[in-house]
Amino acid sequence: MWQVYALAILMIVGSLVAVHTRYLLSAVISLAVVGLALCVAFLYLQAPDCAITQIVVEVLALIILIRATGVERDMSEIKNRKEIFAYEAIGIFIIAFAFFAFRALSYLPEFGHPVMKVSQEYIRKGLEQTGAANLVTSVLLDFRAYDTLGEATVLFTAILGAIVVLREVGRKKK
Amino acid sequence: MSDKIALTLFLIGLYGLIAKKNLIKKVMGLNILTSGIVLFFISLGYEKGLTAPIMEKGITDVVDPLPQALMLTTIVIGVCITALALSLIVRIYRRYSSLDVKILTGEGDE
Repeated sequence: MWQVYALAILMIVGSLVAVHTRYLLSAVISLAVVGLALCVAFLYLQAPDCAITQIVVEVLALIILIRATGVERDMSEIKNRKEIFAYEAIGIFIIAFAFFAFRALSYLPEFGHPVMKVSQEYIRKGLEQTGAANLVTSVLLDFRAYDTLGEATVLFTAILGAIVVLREVGRKKK
Repeated sequence: MSDKIALTLFLIGLYGLIAKKNLIKKVMGLNILTSGIVLFFISLGYEKGLTAPIMEKGITDVVDPLPQALMLTTIVIGVCITALALSLIVRIYRRYSSLDVKILTGEGDE
């Protein structure tokens, strides 16, 4: 599993750079590094379908982000005492959140020992009932097809919203 | 162990979402946060020694297919959010020629 840890270091460094750098274009590139490392990590975690989707989506997101970003710079700086106080409050919140989240993590089943109550059924009967060799496909398009319908609806709504927002010409007033 | 990495990614994304003043940086934070969630769920289903959930002859032990199917949906919804938010941001930039939250809310004038 050392490959996953190497990828994890890459992901964490990439996301820190993406959050902290002043140049927005290099932030976009580091974000793409995070996404592609995530894609390879999916392959090591035995999730090829997610890896395929992730690489397509990451390329799309990269194109959209570069198109929207241009050569802007993040020029915001901390100036007065009010903002310093705000940053301290954010730090305390993040630390408290991390404390409770890591505590909650210890109550979950350990990594590598999943509880497979629901999916045991899918694994046993998936091939006979749906005829799909790929179990992810059979869950996505047969057992939970309404989920996929909802996903398609959200996709459609997002595209519709983007078109409406970006439209140049409005309706003519009479 | 992989779930702790995912939680770290989530926290970095949350920090970017809250603390950064630039709108595009906020969207990037949201993107990183989504990556953390997806990695967490995928690692929930992983078990060492099992293969990918594709049934062929002779393969009986496969990893949990359910989180993978759910996370496919999440990945696609994540890029939807990014696209919609960025189209709003492009609109805001055309109108106000700035992406800084402080300037947009009028706090930067003081």
